[in-house]
Amino acid sequence: MLDVLVVGGGNAALCAALMAREAGASVLLLEASPRVWRGGNSQHTRNLRCMHDAPQDVLMDAYPEEEYWQDLLKVTGGITNEHLARLTIRASSNCRDWMRKHGVHFQPPLSGALHVARTNAFFMGGGKALVNAYFRSAEKLGVQVRYETPVGSVELDGDRFVAVQTASGERIEAKSCVLAAGGFESNREWLREAWGQNERGEWPSDNFLIRGTRFNMGVLLKSMIEAGADPIGDATQAHMVAIDARAPLYDGGICTRIDCVSLGVVVNRDGDRFYDEGEDFWPKRYAIWGRLVAQQPGQIGYSIIDQKAIGRFMPPVFPGTTANTLAELGARLGLPEQAFVQTVEAYNAACRPGSFDHTALDDCATSGLTPPKTHWARPIDTPPYYGYALKPGVTFTYLGLKVNDESAVHFGGRPAPNLFVAGEMMAGNVLGKGYTAGVGMAIGTAFGRIAGTQAALAARKETCHAAA
Amino acid sequence: MQQLEALTREAAALANGGRAVIPILSANEAEVGRQMQICNACRYCEGFCAVFPAMTRRLEFGKADIHYLANLCHNCGACLHACQYAPPHEFAVNVPKAMAQVRGQTYVDYAWPPALGALYVRNGLTLSLALAGGLALFLMLAVALNGTLWGGQLGGNFYKLFPHNLLVGMFAPVFLFAVLALTMGVRRFWRDVSPATGGAALSAPAATEATAAVLRLKYLDGGHGDGCNNEDDAFTRSRRRFHHFTFYGFLLCFAATSVATLYHYLFGWVAPYELPSLPKLLGVPGGVSLMIGTAGLWHLNRQRHPLHGDAAQKPMDLGFIALLFLTSASGLALWLGRGTPALALLLCIHLGAVMALFATLPYGKFAHGIFRTAALLRHAIEKRQPNPIGLSDE
Repeated sequence: MLDVLVVGGGNAALCAALMAREAGASVLLLEASPRVWRGGNSQHTRNLRCMHDAPQDVLMDAYPEEEYWQDLLKVTGGITNEHLARLTIRASSNCRDWMRKHGVHFQPPLSGALHVARTNAFFMGGGKALVNAYFRSAEKLGVQVRYETPVGSVELDGDRFVAVQTASGERIEAKSCVLAAGGFESNREWLREAWGQNERGEWPSDNFLIRGTRFNMGVLLKSMIEAGADPIGDATQAHMVAIDARAPLYDGGICTRIDCVSLGVVVNRDGDRFYDEGEDFWPKRYAIWGRLVAQQPGQIGYSIIDQKAIGRFMPPVFPGTTANTLAELGARLGLPEQAFVQTVEAYNAACRPGSFDHTALDDCATSGLTPPKTHWARPIDTPPYYGYALKPGVTFTYLGLKVNDESAVHFGGRPAPNLFVAGEMMAGNVLGKGYTAGVGMAIGTAFGRIAGTQAALAARKETCHAAA
Repeated sequence: MQQLEALTREAAALANGGRAVIPILSANEAEVGRQMQICNACRYCEGFCAVFPAMTRRLEFGKADIHYLANLCHNCGACLHACQYAPPHEFAVNVPKAMAQVRGQTYVDYAWPPALGALYVRNGLTLSLALAGGLALFLMLAVALNGTLWGGQLGGNFYKLFPHNLLVGMFAPVFLFAVLALTMGVRRFWRDVSPATGGAALSAPAATEATAAVLRLKYLDGGHGDGCNNEDDAFTRSRRRFHHFTFYGFLLCFAATSVATLYHYLFGWVAPYELPSLPKLLGVPGGVSLMIGTAGLWHLNRQRHPLHGDAAQKPMDLGFIALLFLTSASGLALWLGRGTPALALLLCIHLGAVMALFATLPYGKFAHGIFRTAALLRHAIEKRQPNPIGLSDE
């Protein structure tokens, strides 16, 4: 019988498969997607947040455990498990040699991403290059890989894993199993159910775009929860960014981000501002704007800038709507002209003189305006004006399965002996809400490796058990 | 087509009240522009080569920028395999292919004299081999009419068949024309892309860096040293190595010929030269290296991933590889067969191959080395200028 079955084909699944194989287990990996779409959301990632006490190859200075933990504590608002978070953080400090051994290359930070030069190690070529490297290494080591094999359900004997049933009805037995098949972000129905109907009678999630893979339907997550596995997290919590409204429904990835929010104002479809655009540095704020836009009528926002902002942010993938007057821009964006112009003029009038510095929390702020803009507030008065429509873009959902140090699936608070989970399917243990760049890959790598090791161990125990 | 483009440009200029306008992009150029807009919003591939760092210095991509970037691209394939937006994604990003298509077009557009640019399109494997064969056959017929094609008493001295001055008269004009045509073409390219690449003149450090990038084929190292891609997403050093064999083999053969020319004119030492003379010490390893390199490149070319580059240019690539192989193989055969009755025959084949190589030089794959070197020089200049984009890195 097969030793270890890995369900999923992203970073966490590959880490698990590689570790289990290195531990001597026979491994079969089932990827739901065809080969060209393999890798789940990992193909859209770009870096790993790494703890380090001294400069290391591509990482500058130091990023000690405590600082990493405080960052995580801040973004999650305390909805995290300190023990598992610290385990993740420590694992991020010593996994990169192993990653290199399996063909991952690191590079200094990309232009336009120097703000994470100290904390994040970038994958050369991005996440798809990493996924390619892991698949090559896995195949070389003898991991069997099957594409286009989505799993429908898991067969359990009490809390013991027995087999999986693929969507096509095939039953695959193994001595142990790692579930790493992603969240449920691609499942529109489930998102609709989770987000429900708002006070305006809208179904907000109908207007969400999915930044990542179309294959994360959450089938396995749902079947595990139904089978009694302990869940963790809130189904509406997710990594959610405001992205260009013209982005494709799936797989828009990094390039659909609109990075000019802090350089201008954002209005909703009524032409009103709704949040402080200059609250903090954009890299620390981009991940809250998805939710902010999701709460607006029609789940749409409009980022408005003028000529002064051009060249100061990552160039957007689609050209903006442009006009030489604010009224014209409002009309072109389909906004109520008068209300929009009033909003911008009120903002312009509230901007206090200061010395603009986008690299610091500068003193350009509004006064007497609600909501205020607390930094980088400069009048929008230099044509041409640009507008970008924004929609919520979901990267991945946080609802998952509860785990312990061994990454074991739990039933009624007790760990299963031979069933493990890694990646998005358990990221909610560490990330209750919020996000900070590169932490998803840190969780996936840490728990993928743990789950693989534990699954190989469990398979060996099963063998001894059977022999006895 | 070019005329049409010029007319459109004039019309657009008139419509704009005579202001300077951005030249109209061709479909292939517009495709590079479209893809660069996507890449510039992503930038994951920045570590692979020179194209992406050059891209990040721009927010818009005009004709000159696109010509420059297209020639900077080495078609290594790394960005295609790493691309989250590669087909079947609806963004359909395939930078190596888009760049190759424009690159092929720049060879045609910058060809001198312009009328001969169309030769690039027709230049292919069949044409190359037919030309070499035809020329060889012509020489064979001439020699056969003389009755010395097989077993003539030449004693290894082929000047008895083709007097030295006849050979010089045949080859020098063709070779000099090739040099002239390529120089004129690349000069115009340089003038067009210079304003788009910082405008500055070449400095010694920039020249040194670009020369090193050319001689080491730096941008086939993948940015990490494991090499570039060929048939799949695995990295290989073989493309770089076989190109080195080809390039340095070619240089050694060229050096051998140059030394022999000096011997002839300066010292009156007349060919054939035997080992351990300098022309042979350069020529024999050069010929062997060229054979190994071109055989390897041929094999790799046939194995290339179907999405790499522009399939329409494969015949041109293979034609050039075949002529280089034929030239080196026939040259070595000529040397080894110098004492046999086959000498005259081998000589005709070798001369036919060399003549075909020279004749196709300015309108074939050889141009890639010239234009890419120019692009690398401009890149080395440009990167030393302050970045025109004030992208803040908070």
